[in-house]
Amino acid sequence: MATPHTHDQHASHGHGHGGYDPHGSYLAAKGGMLTTIRDWATTIDHKKIGVMYLVAILFMFFLGGMFALAIRAEMAVPTTLQNGVIHGQLFQSGDDIAKGNNIYNRVFSLHGIIMVFLVIVPSVPASLGNFFLPLLIGAKDVAFPRLNLASWYIYLTGSVFAVIALVMGGVDTGWTFYVPYSTMTEEGHLKVVWMILAAFILGFSSIFTGLNFVVTVHKLRAPGMGWFDMPLFVWGIYATSIIQVLATPVIGITLLLLIFERLFNIGVFDPRMGGDPVLFQHFFWFYSHPVVYVMILPGMAIISEIIAVHSRKQIFGYRAVAFSSLAIAGIAFIVWGHHLFTSQGEVASVIFSALTFLVAIPTAVKVFNWITTLFRGSIALTTPMLYALGFLFTFSIGGLTGLFLGALSTDLHLHDTYFIVAHFHYVMMGGTIIAFIGGIHHWWPKMFGKMYNELGGKIGFWLVFVGFNLTFFPQFILGTQGMPRRYASYDIVNNPGFTFIHQLSTAGSGILALGMFVHLFVFLHSLVMGRKAAANPWGGLTFEWTHASSPPIEHNFEHEPVCTHGPYDYDDIVPANTKPGEFVLPTPSPAGARHH
Amino acid sequence: MATIDTHQHGAPSTGPSTGFDSRPYHERYKAASHFRDREHEFDAVKMGVWLFLSTEVLLFSGMFVAYAVLRFLHPEAFVNGSHYLDRIPGLANTIVLLLSSYTIASAVRNAQLGQFGKLKLNLLITNLCAIAFLLIKFIFEYGPKIAQGKLPGKLFHYPGAHDPSEPLWWGIYWAATGIHATHVIGGIIMISWLLVRANKRHFGPTHYTAIEGVALYWHIVDIVWIFLFPLLYLIH
Ligand code: HEM
Ligand SMILES: [Cu+2]
Repeated sequence: MATPHTHDQHASHGHGHGGYDPHGSYLAAKGGMLTTIRDWATTIDHKKIGVMYLVAILFMFFLGGMFALAIRAEMAVPTTLQNGVIHGQLFQSGDDIAKGNNIYNRVFSLHGIIMVFLVIVPSVPASLGNFFLPLLIGAKDVAFPRLNLASWYIYLTGSVFAVIALVMGGVDTGWTFYVPYSTMTEEGHLKVVWMILAAFILGFSSIFTGLNFVVTVHKLRAPGMGWFDMPLFVWGIYATSIIQVLATPVIGITLLLLIFERLFNIGVFDPRMGGDPVLFQHFFWFYSHPVVYVMILPGMAIISEIIAVHSRKQIFGYRAVAFSSLAIAGIAFIVWGHHLFTSQGEVASVIFSALTFLVAIPTAVKVFNWITTLFRGSIALTTPMLYALGFLFTFSIGGLTGLFLGALSTDLHLHDTYFIVAHFHYVMMGGTIIAFIGGIHHWWPKMFGKMYNELGGKIGFWLVFVGFNLTFFPQFILGTQGMPRRYASYDIVNNPGFTFIHQLSTAGSGILALGMFVHLFVFLHSLVMGRKAAANPWGGLTFEWTHASSPPIEHNFEHEPVCTHGPYDYDDIVPANTKPGEFVLPTPSPAGARHH
Repeated sequence: MATIDTHQHGAPSTGPSTGFDSRPYHERYKAASHFRDREHEFDAVKMGVWLFLSTEVLLFSGMFVAYAVLRFLHPEAFVNGSHYLDRIPGLANTIVLLLSSYTIASAVRNAQLGQFGKLKLNLLITNLCAIAFLLIKFIFEYGPKIAQGKLPGKLFHYPGAHDPSEPLWWGIYWAATGIHATHVIGGIIMISWLLVRANKRHFGPTHYTAIEGVALYWHIVDIVWIFLFPLLYLIH
């Protein structure tokens, strides 16, 4: 390796206009429309792949969201039968209640499958992770750029399979594909196989992304960057990737066996043949519990970045936060049985219950460290920060209600009720999605070189936050009162009180959707007429802010960065009481200085 | 923060950048631009391959767990089942695979030592072994089993079954050996690709990453079989 040659200041490279310029923005078109399309379709630039994932995931989020609104519309009014005529919402018409129920089963299954496999699992790692992981560690790309592109196409293929299953009439298995729903309903029809294949294929995409990131973090850190100089986002994505690599193969074999079971009835999960349906549940949750941490760890990782940067404070307990990610990743593998409290043996349940409580420890460590970080920070209430604060609120509710479910005696009552629905929406939507939207705002100026409208972002936040809580908090109450999940209606005679609570929830879902559209509008507005973003609008100290322009050039950095201080050493570097964006970093000026 | 000038990174060993470079590919080969040098790239690829192989091991572990649970539930069906399997082709296949593991390991060594002829020969033998494995499997095992109706699950129609759970045993047998055979086919494709590249002199002492990766994969395929063979054919 050549001798490191350090500059204090480097001249900005002048460059001409028109034609391809390796020092220009990665977004710059390289030619006409066709060339541009071909360029994106064959790109191995992690930034472009990240952006393509972002668009695809947001589209899928929209699709899944439409199904969610349909679910809430159906639940707004109970189905009743008066003088032989059905009175109900949306799916209930004519005189056949079973038909409406059947549609409802499909709608919630599709909602769950799309949201889990096509949105939340890939969400943060594949989009923001792809874009920022290399930038944050000062690398030019991920370790295997072509594998990265391949995993994007595998994701697309999986999505196409899911859409084919949807067009064939959709599946009614629930997102968990439990046998016998997934093996016996509508026998002879192939759409369930298409859907399971979709999940199987998406698994490969997930494995390849995870594998790529693990190697990237190990091998491509900038000179001078030790493990404990890595930004916490990198730690979170790293822990996530390890789970993806280690857990996904198990769902792979499970889904393969399930396909064989469906096609040839090989009997592994079929008691008539001597097989064991509970074995499927064990297999499924051995993957799917760790995967809930694949969903949440990247969210937590974003929150660490936002809180440190927007309150300009050194993260309190950096190592504790980093290690708690690894601890969560480890514990994630030994608690799957808490999803089987009602189907496995009693001794197993007791053990799994005890183990489940362990998860709460590293989780709480993180929450307390974030709050302590905020203490006496110079908090800027930007949209990303609002989202981080919102996350602390909603995620805490989600995590704490998890403890109710981890306790055997309470879970026997709450299992399979709306309490479960509320719990996992508080962690997945209130955790991952809230962090994801916050992260998109935080990094938006870097990704597209434009500022978004702060007022618009804040309006969006409040609508999302209020709408979310209004949608899901009432569901805790419904659950404790015995409203079962996955039912298209309920017994109105014995539970007259349910209707109002359901309607609150439905109203909330409307506000939530409105908030999402406000965000969409703010993003589009920013792309078209947003202010040009400075290289470091928030005054962050990590490489993507200090060494890359907004948007970054194709090879990320004009000069390979060297790590000389910790990611959050604000106390040493930033004078007190400086407004974000106002302070100029000491040396050197950011690589994108030429933009303003 | 300081910076290192990227433009200084062209490793001296990569030779003149202008004019026709007449050296063979494996000497001309430069690492992708985000790696420092060939060694850095080699390390990264090797780590990636190991991670991928760990996913393969986990995939098959799932299969073995299913085997263990069902064997525990229905020991007689599994004992009967293993009596129906023919050990001779099973053993032949074990030997064939072990031999192929040896030849592909030798191929890596040949590349490191620049023995181009032997490299191609060893890759060729490996591929022939892989094909032989499949031929033995299909001609002496799958073929007769299909003819007798010893098929998985609902396709099972062998009249001489002793235990009602035998279709289940055949389910496990077909799933496990089928998934393994698919991996063998994947191996054949990759080794053929290596052969084409070896023919073009792509590999040599300075560049043999792909051979090393495929060899590791092939060892895993071999090891899985080493487990499947006793579990399915030998234990009663
Ligand atoms: C302190 C942490 C947590 C604890 C103790 C916990 C505990 C539990 C328990 C015991 C159940 C099973 C309840 C039942 O079915 O009877 C459950 C369900 C669930 N949890 Fe959590 N959880 C925690 C965090 C999370 C996180 C972070 C996520 C995802 C981001 C998550 C997602 C889910 C999902 C999706 C289900 C329901 C799956 C289904 O049946 O469809 N949980 N949780
Ligand atoms: Cu769980």
